[in-house]
Amino acid sequence: MNVLNFVHAFFSDGAHWQGYDGIPQRLLEHVRYTLLALALAAAVGLPVGLLTGHTGRGGNALAFVANAARALPSFGLLVLAVLLIGFGLLPVMIPLVVLAVPPILVTTYEAVRSVDPSPVDAARGMGMHESRILLRVELPVALPLILSGLRSAAIQIVSTATIAAYVSLGGLGRYIVDGLYQRDYEKVVGGATLVAVLALLTLAVFWAAGRLAVSPGVRRR
Amino acid sequence: MNGFFDIPSDLQHSWTGLIGLHLREALLPVAAGLLLALPIAQLCVRFRRLYPPVLGVTTVLYAVPSLAFFVVLIDYTGQTELTVMIPLAVYGLVVLIPAIVDGVRSVPRETLAAATAMGFGPVRRYLQVQLPIAAPAIIAGLRVATASSISLVSVGALIGNQGALGNLLAAAQKYDRPELAVNAVLTMAVLAILCDAALVLLRTLLTPWMPRGTRERRAKPAVRRERPEPEGAVR
Amino acid sequence: MTSTAQSSRSRTRHTGAAAVALTAAAALLAGCSSGDTSDNPLAGEEAKAGTVVVGSNNFAESTLLADIYGEALRAKGIKVTYKHNIGSRETTYGLMRNGSITVLPEYNGSLLAYLDPEAEQKSPEAVNAAVEEKLDEGLTLLDSSPAENKDSVSVNAGTAEKYGLTASSTLADLEDVAPEMVIGGSPEFQTRRQGLKGLESVYGLKFKSFKALDAGGPLTQEALTENTVQAADIFTTDPTIVKEKFVVLKDPENLFGFANVTPLVHEDGLSQEGVDALDAVSAKLDTKTLLALDAQVQLEKKDPLDVAKAWLESAGLS
Repeated sequence: MNVLNFVHAFFSDGAHWQGYDGIPQRLLEHVRYTLLALALAAAVGLPVGLLTGHTGRGGNALAFVANAARALPSFGLLVLAVLLIGFGLLPVMIPLVVLAVPPILVTTYEAVRSVDPSPVDAARGMGMHESRILLRVELPVALPLILSGLRSAAIQIVSTATIAAYVSLGGLGRYIVDGLYQRDYEKVVGGATLVAVLALLTLAVFWAAGRLAVSPGVRRR
Repeated sequence: MNGFFDIPSDLQHSWTGLIGLHLREALLPVAAGLLLALPIAQLCVRFRRLYPPVLGVTTVLYAVPSLAFFVVLIDYTGQTELTVMIPLAVYGLVVLIPAIVDGVRSVPRETLAAATAMGFGPVRRYLQVQLPIAAPAIIAGLRVATASSISLVSVGALIGNQGALGNLLAAAQKYDRPELAVNAVLTMAVLAILCDAALVLLRTLLTPWMPRGTRERRAKPAVRRERPEPEGAVR
Repeated sequence: MTSTAQSSRSRTRHTGAAAVALTAAAALLAGCSSGDTSDNPLAGEEAKAGTVVVGSNNFAESTLLADIYGEALRAKGIKVTYKHNIGSRETTYGLMRNGSITVLPEYNGSLLAYLDPEAEQKSPEAVNAAVEEKLDEGLTLLDSSPAENKDSVSVNAGTAEKYGLTASSTLADLEDVAPEMVIGGSPEFQTRRQGLKGLESVYGLKFKSFKALDAGGPLTQEALTENTVQAADIFTTDPTIVKEKFVVLKDPENLFGFANVTPLVHEDGLSQEGVDALDAVSAKLDTKTLLALDAQVQLEKKDPLDVAKAWLESAGLS
């Protein structure tokens, strides 16, 4: 009954490394769901967050939307979406995007709001266009916080994408759900390990992205 | 038998019964998490070197999906409520420890010095100075933990009718009755909003010195910078 | 000095109010919970003495059968609690063994295939005898009912037309076309002998891939209807077979064996009176009846407990 034994058994079984139910395939599916959901959530959250943060208007409405979205249970949304829409990627994307939008939206808003006003005023005084102020002055300074919002969203998606298996999609959750019904702990523990490792890798990717994308001047503060 | 509130008999609870069960399964773990997090966080504040490893362990635990957690626990605690509540308490712990540590650390040095000068011992200083000042941060953590806990309980439906309102989701699927899923999602959302409102009210009561309306947002920009909101998750 | 004292008093008052709010919340929680424990069989793992715990697996017919058998016991004045929707046989059998459940509606051949995957299934009687031999101590199988509900591999109408499959086609006819087909079934179908393993070893069928759905429930029905999968594990009592014109493939090698509804019981937990009551139900339940009852639950969306009670009354068993 040692968890580590299960982990070892799972990963050393050659059958777990090939075919449509192999680790590479399931991992790929999981990463695909995650990236797609993150891209969709960022496409909604980033522009709205940047704009509201820049103009400083709509903060209350934003907090309300974020809180409401947070109150919606992911698993419930998933089951509901499958019942109403049927199979496919769309019903899985709905709960994942609803899950990921609030952290991106709120942190982006907060990040832009908390930019020191003096360089912004200086840029405005130099005659910079508002859109350039947002992109060239506020965005670089706000980037570390914006990235942390994206990171938080990404980690939540990685963990939550496991429930997609309940409605017969792939991904690493497949091992956990199958293991539950097949009473196969090796699979459950192996699947959970893979998800946890993927989450930690996500952290690492965002750390590296922070190193590369954030201007040294901002980072040092 | 397919109205909005016609709960299938195999769930063995009325709608209100499911709500009570759901609140218990969701909130008890948060309370347990808070009770455990307070001493652990205090240790982390006291012994600074302890904090990074504690944070590391909790981050890894947090990355384990709840369903896997439930399944592995079945062997020890059976298909019971406890199996659902233990992981939720752990997730609560993970959100609350950093919230409390940051909150307690945000107490200005001068304030502590003043308390010491007034003759406060460490225990009294902790209870009457540090904790009250940390209250907004702790409650921010509690809000995230509570919302995520209410949502996560529903995953318990997968381990045999242990998901309270989540069982409605499984039933909706089994009997192909989408209205039950709508009921479950709306009820859980309303519960989450009500609990959140209760916590906001609690914060207002606990922090009477703060100006109304602007608390939390602009209170301590210095602390907010590096630590955005705690990561709440629903896996 | 005065102001300090005042503000500290005001804080005490607020803290006091908060404490009251917390206590109230705690009381509310306690109230919610205590209100439910009386009819919550999930709270305690071990069955109370004299109470029969009837369990069911995670599909609609299992719930219905548990309700039928359970209500028949209740009609004899026996105390019954239910533990529904537990999961797959892999899970429920463990709970039977440790006594958490007293009665579980089972399917004799499917149970045998779980206990001994290689066992041959020649007749229902031989199956029951073989199961008795393999069962853990304390467990026993009661009389089988004539009602049968097997796993089957069924294909949807489009697939049947494409490959010229008819009601007289067998699983062996799939050999050449299986690699082009996705098959669906419950997650446990993937590893069971009465599943992918047996389909390959007995009929030589290798499907393109397997899609984990649910135990013959709406997910499976929908996936097959929408051609997400071309073949699926469908229960033979599934009312959608007729509705959606699914073609059930014949199983000449009897891979899916016999699947007569048969109560599995924990001997210590059930009196002779209880055994008699269950046997009386099994004797009256046939496949046609079961099909009709399933249709009431799955197509007409009636509550399984109501369906169970109504049938028991009409059969003179309540």
